[in-house]
Order: sequence, then structure tokens, then C-alpha cells
Amino acid sequence: MNLYKYASPTAFYPLAGKMIPWFAVAAALLFVAGLYVGFFVAPTDFQQGDAYRIMFIHVPAAWMGMLLYVLMAFYAAIGWAFNARLASMMASSISITGALFTLISLVTGSLWGKPTWGTWWVWDARMTSTLILLFLYIGFISLQSAIDEPRRADRAGAVLAVVGVINVPIIYFSVQWWNTLHQGATIRILNKPTIAPPMLAALLIMLAACWLYSIAVVLVRLRYIILEREQNAARVAAMAV
Amino acid sequence: MLTMFRWIVWRDLTLAWRRRADVLSTLFFFVIVVSLFPLGIGPESQLLRSIAPGVVWVAALLASMLSLSRVFENDYHDGTLEQMLLTPQPLFLVVLGKVLAQWLVSEVPLALIAPLLGVQFDLEPHTLWILFISLLIGTPILSLIGSIGAALTLGLRGGGVLIAVLILPLYVPVLIFGAGAVDASITGGNIQANIYLLAAFFLLALVFSPWATSAALRISLE
Repeated sequence: MNLYKYASPTAFYPLAGKMIPWFAVAAALLFVAGLYVGFFVAPTDFQQGDAYRIMFIHVPAAWMGMLLYVLMAFYAAIGWAFNARLASMMASSISITGALFTLISLVTGSLWGKPTWGTWWVWDARMTSTLILLFLYIGFISLQSAIDEPRRADRAGAVLAVVGVINVPIIYFSVQWWNTLHQGATIRILNKPTIAPPMLAALLIMLAACWLYSIAVVLVRLRYIILEREQNAARVAAMAV
Repeated sequence: MLTMFRWIVWRDLTLAWRRRADVLSTLFFFVIVVSLFPLGIGPESQLLRSIAPGVVWVAALLASMLSLSRVFENDYHDGTLEQMLLTPQPLFLVVLGKVLAQWLVSEVPLALIAPLLGVQFDLEPHTLWILFISLLIGTPILSLIGSIGAALTLGLRGGGVLIAVLILPLYVPVLIFGAGAVDASITGGNIQANIYLLAAFFLLALVFSPWATSAALRISLE
């Protein structure tokens, strides 16, 4: 079997269509399982009460936000270097989901912050760098949507994503440095070392669910992008019917 | 190769000299933005002193946005840029020359006038000196990174706003180290660490960003 043939958007389109239901169903099942363990099995935290349970969506969302940025840059770079259209489409498709997860992690973070720290927002190193990550996503998305010609949009996005990836660690450490210098509210997000096994299990299940959800949604969006861009290819026209 | 570099720098400087109003308007923008802050916040000198580093630095970032969108714009519209891409000399040098000219024309005046604005905020002479140094090391980074954004947004509608959305998040480390150095000289923190980090970031940007800008120019002019 020649796997490389799936690098062609028109060949990948039906394959993606077949994969989406599997990932979507698996994601739904894991979300249910993760939420069940998170709400009913995991014990109440002795410091934070039940408020900590928002962690089960907050932490996976934050991880996904960061990972998807790297993944997006990876696909964008592949698409740029090897002139692979599908990889570039993948990058554009991932960018929206990544931005969404970053936004979710910021919103849930501030909802969590209110009952535990007594404030919606703290200029804590992690929150600040997540905010900047969201700005980087927004930059990528707005650059791509400002360019009408798809291949130029792909390549321009790739340059920006690669520059962003090089910058992310620098931004992260500079923000941390800035935070320790200013010595504002030094709040550790979690006193990590002891986390009850059911809590960890719920967290990991939710993380897996988020991954599967991302794959499913990215593929759905990818199919739309393929339809939109390759509409002149006869085979796609046939598929769209 | 160096002739080409010198020629580019000289040409851009001449062009800027003949269009002085553009350069001056960026400078006045910087001065006006900085002067608006006391009006918005109030004349309390203790408060003003503590926000001065951040205010001056943020205003410098915004002002450099204004001038950056023009780095390649005119050459792009009259076709000169395309000819430059076709020359046998490495594009790296062309980019570096244009960035150097942009820095000399638009950023150095900001660094020169910043101490005067610092006086408005009642800063000590020593702090004014650090402000000048930090801007002198930090603004080339703004030009280098900003040129990537200028090249990417070449010829796009709403390019001016778009470049700000793309580039301002990447400026975060410059802002932190630059304003941090000035802040350290007020609060007695470690000035050197900030300046060194700023210089390190400058070297990194000097190596990588002309390369990224060249790639972006090729993409935009395809």
C-alpha cells in the first residue's frame, strides 16, 4: 500500500471522511468517562473544595493550546518546505482549534481564579504567556485570512508560524523573568506533588478526549478547506455532490 | 557585495531625507503618545516615575509599527523591490541594508529624544542614560523583527493594522528586557542582566530575521 498517495488532498478527502466518525465517537465516549470520573469519583480537594474540578477541562485545554501551536508550525513548515498542499491546509485547519483551546484555557483559568484567588485575572507568568500565545494564533489566522491567494497564504503563514515557534520559548522565559522581578501576586497554580490517583486519571482521560476531539474537528475543517480550494478539480466536484 | 549594501543604505537614507515629513511624523507620534499618559493618569510624580519606562517603551513599539509598514512599501509599488530580488547579490544583504536604513532614520531619533521625554516624567539623569542605552540596543530588534511582518503583509489590504497584530506579540521580550533595564535603574535592580539579555536577543534577531524577511519577500513577490 502506498501511503504517500494520501498526501494528495483529493485522495485524503474520502479517507478523512471515514476517520472522522471514529475519532468523534471515541472523543464523545472519553469526554463522558472523563467527566464522570472527574465529578463523581475524584475526591473533593481539602483546600479548594469542589472548585478545583474545573481543572479537568482547564489543564487539558492549556496543554492542547500549546501543543497545537507547535503542531501547526510543524505542518506549515512541511507544507512550505516540500510544497505539500495538504500539510498547509492542515496547518490552517489546526490554527482555529488551537486558538479555541487557548481561549478556553484562559476563560476557565479566570473562572477558577475567582473562587480560589479572589480575582479574575492575575499577571502570572503562565497566564500572561498563554495570553500571548492566543495573540500569536490570532496573528496567524488574520494573516492567512488577509491573503486571497491560497498558496501565498500558506507560505506566509508558515514563515510567521516558524518565527513564532522560535520566539515562544524566549517569550515564555522573558515573561517568567518579568514576573519574578515584579514580584506581584506570587501564586502557584497548583501545589502539584500530591494529586490523588482518580484526579490524575480524570485529567488524562480528558486529555485523551481533547486530543481525539481536536483530530476529528481538524479533519472536518480540513475537508471543507479541500472542497473550497480544490473545487476546480473534477474529482472533488464529484465528491461534493 | 558590500558596495550593494552601502548603495542600499545610502539610497534609502537619501529617499528618507527627501521625504522628511514621514520621518518627523513618526517622531511626533512618539512624543505625543508619551505626553498623553500623564494627562490620562494624573500629574502625581511618584506614579509617573514608576510607569515611565513602560510608557516610553510601549510608545516606541507603536511608533516603530508606523514606520515599519513603509520599509518595503514604496519599492514594492514602483517595482524596485522586484529588481532587487533579481540581482545576483544575496537578498540577505538587501534586507539588512534596508533595515539598517530604517533604523537610522526612524528609530535612532526616538532613542535620542526619549531622554527628553524622560525628564517630563521626572527621571534621574542616570535612569535617562539607561533609557537611552536600552532603546539604542532594543530598537534594532524592533526593526529586524518588524521587517518580517512588513515583508509578509506587502501589498495586502489593511497591511498597517495587520502588521501590528502579527508583530507586536513577538516584541514582548524586547519590551520586558528594555523596560526592565530602565525599571531596574529606578528600583535598584539588576540593570546589566536586562541589557545583556537585550543584546543577546539582538544578536539572535540579527542572525535569523533577515533570513525570514528574505523568505517572506520571495513569497510576497511570487
